[in-house]
Amino acid sequence: MSLDFEKPILKLEEKLTQIKELASKSGKNLDEEALSIEKKINDLKKDIFSKLTRWQKVQLSRHPNRPYFLDYIYKMTDEFIEIHGDRFSKDDKAMVGGFAKVDGKAVMFIGHQKGRNTKERQFRNFGMANPEGYRKALRLMKMAEKFNKPIVCLIDTPGAYPGIEAEERGQAEAIARNIKEMTTLKVPVICIIIGEGASGGALGIGVGDKIFMMEFTWYSVISPESCSSILWRSWDYKEKAADALKLTSKDLLKQKIIDGIIKEPLGGAHNDPNKAAKMLKKKIVEELVALEKISPEKRINERINKFSSMGVTND
Amino acid sequence: MNWFKRNIKNIKTPTSKKKEAPDGMWHKTPKGSIIHIRELKNNSYVSPEDDFHFRIGSKEYFEILFDNNFYKELDENLSSSDPLNFKDRKSYKNRLSSSKKSTGLNDAIRTGVGKINGLSIIICCMDFSFIGGSMGSVVGEKISRAIDYSIKNKFPILIISKSGGARMMESTFSLMQMAKTSAKISLLSKEKIPYISLMTDPTTGGVSASFAMLGDFNIAEPNSLIGFAGPRVIKETIGSNLPKGFQKSEFLLDNGFLDFIVDRRNLKNKIYKLLRLLKD
Repeated sequence: MSLDFEKPILKLEEKLTQIKELASKSGKNLDEEALSIEKKINDLKKDIFSKLTRWQKVQLSRHPNRPYFLDYIYKMTDEFIEIHGDRFSKDDKAMVGGFAKVDGKAVMFIGHQKGRNTKERQFRNFGMANPEGYRKALRLMKMAEKFNKPIVCLIDTPGAYPGIEAEERGQAEAIARNIKEMTTLKVPVICIIIGEGASGGALGIGVGDKIFMMEFTWYSVISPESCSSILWRSWDYKEKAADALKLTSKDLLKQKIIDGIIKEPLGGAHNDPNKAAKMLKKKIVEELVALEKISPEKRINERINKFSSMGVTND
Repeated sequence: MNWFKRNIKNIKTPTSKKKEAPDGMWHKTPKGSIIHIRELKNNSYVSPEDDFHFRIGSKEYFEILFDNNFYKELDENLSSSDPLNFKDRKSYKNRLSSSKKSTGLNDAIRTGVGKINGLSIIICCMDFSFIGGSMGSVVGEKISRAIDYSIKNKFPILIISKSGGARMMESTFSLMQMAKTSAKISLLSKEKIPYISLMTDPTTGGVSASFAMLGDFNIAEPNSLIGFAGPRVIKETIGSNLPKGFQKSEFLLDNGFLDFIVDRRNLKNKIYKLLRLLKD
């Protein structure tokens, strides 16, 4: 599976594999040829990825090979113990959480989970959580607070699920409550967009002391497609909508909504998931160390001030 | 009775040529009751025949609620600055200026301090007529400042929601208003100051998924559309029709998400009684 703009890179990579195969079969020394193609690949990647449009970045955030919440957990942490259920009605498979050790320290990880194939995608409801998902997340956060463990939320959702049962069980109330409760959690909270950050579905686990985005992700009030369908009354203006919404990591850093960008390996996280996980882990560890030096009262005050000052108006 | 016989079949007048009664004199409810504007005004904009609640704005709510329609408006001139220079088929700047012109408002909410039967209160009331009552930075900031005012003066606060959700033209800034207003409400809770959230038709999206659902009392007008996702989106997602009464106030009350439903004609009295009770 690949995106259109990745195709020239894949073509060269195929060529490289062929040369390597030929070399090993024939015994000829083709190192020079291989090296020159490797260089070409690298240059091409750099070139393509330095010129990505906003819409292409949105596509990357949804790349079918992109690492998901559990991929990062298994790569970054040890002894992950998943904790299920909201203790009201259900266990939401689109929202996953549990304690795990990072560098020997216990942390509560919570995140949206997408599926890799059709069956998994259905099982995970495409990463769209229901109210029970948000309630499970809040239960886990309160548990972390009780045992004085920091919380890390990894966000990757196309939105909270818009369904009949979701409305019956109070989707709006569940998200609203999470947002409010997260502002006063006594433990450090870090929120990181690792894929898609769509609207209330993302914000429902998105209020913390520090907000980061991985390089090729988006975070906005609406997806470019839905925005196109509402404002342009057609699904065909998604590129324009993406530009208008200014929704990439770079845009949001400029708008001072996020605290930083976590770089991804060249070609995106899916090109080298191990390296991506390492870069993500490094940032989480660094930030947790820094946040733990601050007193809980000060952290809460700063968190509330941080969100209270967001927005631009004319007096 | 021959003259009642229709010679030409069907109605031939195109909709565009249909003659409407002059606006502002008579109003018609969906069930067909007709009522004169003066009578409507004296009845809190509720049809006396079938109890239909007409959609009204902050001006009318303030009239209904504040004693003698006397109040001090807060942050009257706060307006949006189009931080993203947003443009779709129309520029956001144009949308703002034409909305300001047609509504006489500066944004989709007005906040005021006054009294209800002698009790001091802050009322924030959204205006659906201003870009669908959508929440951008101005709505967030005005609510935020109203809450500051409430904390400072220990006045209870009533927020009347009427909104399609967050305002797309301010993108992530709009989304963050959900966090901003909720953060402020957590401060209000800490001070134990009562917050009543009145949801009216419609209250959806980012507004319902933040401050509107966070009242100490979550109440609603009858038959109002209240939900997270809009009915059209849900219908498209699940691919079938929605049950009757879905996402209406009565549905939310049944599912346990509203404290009570209040007829607009009793609104002032009920709020007064509730606040009085908490004060005793």
